[in-house]
Amino acid sequence: MSEAQIKSLEEEFEARIARDEKIEPKDWMPEKYRKTHIRQMSQHAHSEIIGMLPEGNWITRAPSLRRKVALLAKVQDEGGHGLYLYSATETLGISRGEMFEQLHTGKAKYSSIFNYPAITWADIGAIGWLVDGAAIINQVALCGTSFGPYARAMVRICKEESFHQRQGYEIILKLTEGTPEQKAMAQDALNRFWWPALMMFGPRDDDSPNTAQSMKWKLKRKTNDELRQQFIDQTVPQAELIGLTIPDPDLKWNDEKGGYDYGDIDWDEFWQVVKGHGPCNKERMKARVAAWENGEWVRDAAMAYSEKQNFLRKQESRAV
Amino acid sequence: MENNNLYNYILGIADNSLILGQRLGELCGHGPSLETDIACTNISLDLLGQVRSYYQYAAQLADDGRNEDTIAMMRPEREYVNVLLVEQPNTDFAYTMARQFLFDVYHFSFLTQLQNSADNTLAAIAKKSIKEVSYHLRFSSDWIKRLGDGTEESNKRIQNAINDLWTYTDELFHQTEADKQMISEGVGVDTSKLKEQYYNEVSSLLKEATLEVPESKYFQKGGKKGIHTEHMGYILAELQYMQRTYPNLTW
Repeated sequence: MSEAQIKSLEEEFEARIARDEKIEPKDWMPEKYRKTHIRQMSQHAHSEIIGMLPEGNWITRAPSLRRKVALLAKVQDEGGHGLYLYSATETLGISRGEMFEQLHTGKAKYSSIFNYPAITWADIGAIGWLVDGAAIINQVALCGTSFGPYARAMVRICKEESFHQRQGYEIILKLTEGTPEQKAMAQDALNRFWWPALMMFGPRDDDSPNTAQSMKWKLKRKTNDELRQQFIDQTVPQAELIGLTIPDPDLKWNDEKGGYDYGDIDWDEFWQVVKGHGPCNKERMKARVAAWENGEWVRDAAMAYSEKQNFLRKQESRAV
Repeated sequence: MENNNLYNYILGIADNSLILGQRLGELCGHGPSLETDIACTNISLDLLGQVRSYYQYAAQLADDGRNEDTIAMMRPEREYVNVLLVEQPNTDFAYTMARQFLFDVYHFSFLTQLQNSADNTLAAIAKKSIKEVSYHLRFSSDWIKRLGDGTEESNKRIQNAINDLWTYTDELFHQTEADKQMISEGVGVDTSKLKEQYYNEVSSLLKEATLEVPESKYFQKGGKKGIHTEHMGYILAELQYMQRTYPNLTW
């Protein structure tokens, strides 16, 4: 294809996005669009799968049968989201095996929040309330993204995530209605998860070089700082309602901007965790790699069995 | 309590699902593939959902302040009456599937009969649960076939698992005093009548999966009398952790 042809295709492509048309897997797309989507969507899928680990840890220890069942259902949903997102990403011409390979070698990232440990039952509440809450804000914005399979996945996933968020908030609410020990447990979880949750929206706009391109492709509808502000404004009253204190002495309502001012985020910590040196990065990766390696013989067996069955079926149909 | 036998009978059913559900819950996020991971979590979810119905009924019968959670999480080990099979560890995916299959075949035929129980609540729980359990049975049977007739390695692993767990199968058909009483009242399932069919079904599927049917006649028992394997204490340590650390709180 000549450069002029490519240029005209690109122009038509950008025009389609501007008209709010969805791009489908078989449509022509610029290589950069494909690669950016593979990166972001697989990262999203990986986050769902890694996210199963800190919460999965609490299934055997959940304090009541009702909580245990709800947590199982939630973690199962996350697995389902992962499956759905991997499939959506596969439409861009990459296999699930390749995506796992990228995860296991550290080439692909996942949400840093899951590198923080879930050490008390209240953390399960905080993860639902804050982490899923932050995720929804990101994801609602993506329901209108330009790539069709991703947008449709987001619509479906958002419905379940908002249920998870309410469930998490309800866990925390119950603790705040409980004994002083339970209240302290809730406050402690908020103290530990608040700042990492704010970091989920990514670096400050000044430090986010890809934002302009992503906005154009509707992979982002709002900037990192806008989304972060939305999360803070939404969450502070929720904390106040149940008598918890946001661990930020600089947090103050700003009438002029109609939102909260907040303290400085520890960006050194952010980059430390992103670069693989958070409290649980190594553990999470070890768990995933072990699951994959220990499961190899199982996947091989399933493949061998299915090939044998296909062979038998072919022989039978020949005999008929 | 007037109906002690019924209470104990319910625990005999529910404890199996509780402990198996707990075991499967350990695997979440660690499965050999995303699909099997989700499926095992789902089976755990089904079993624990059933458990809640049983214990809620038991709590209602006890009528002494106990609830589903105290029944599930506050008993000493010797009062859990699950069979030894379900407490066996997730050594690898072969053991997990072998344990599941050996239990599912029993569980399905047990619930089939329990639907006819003279006790309406138990019959209703059985009717609701059997749909889920028929899926469990299909899932575990399919995996026995895949592993048995898959690769040389998978065949060896699943055969070992079946051989090791075989010793726990006979206990599924043992009857406690409560069982006998409930059978005589038309409430309980006469498991002695299920035994032959159980071994026939298991054997026929093992053969289809190109596996050997173990011939050992030495069986382990004890779970139904509260005498468990050494694994049980660790399972309970996790299961009871919150209730024991923070007694009498609501969550």
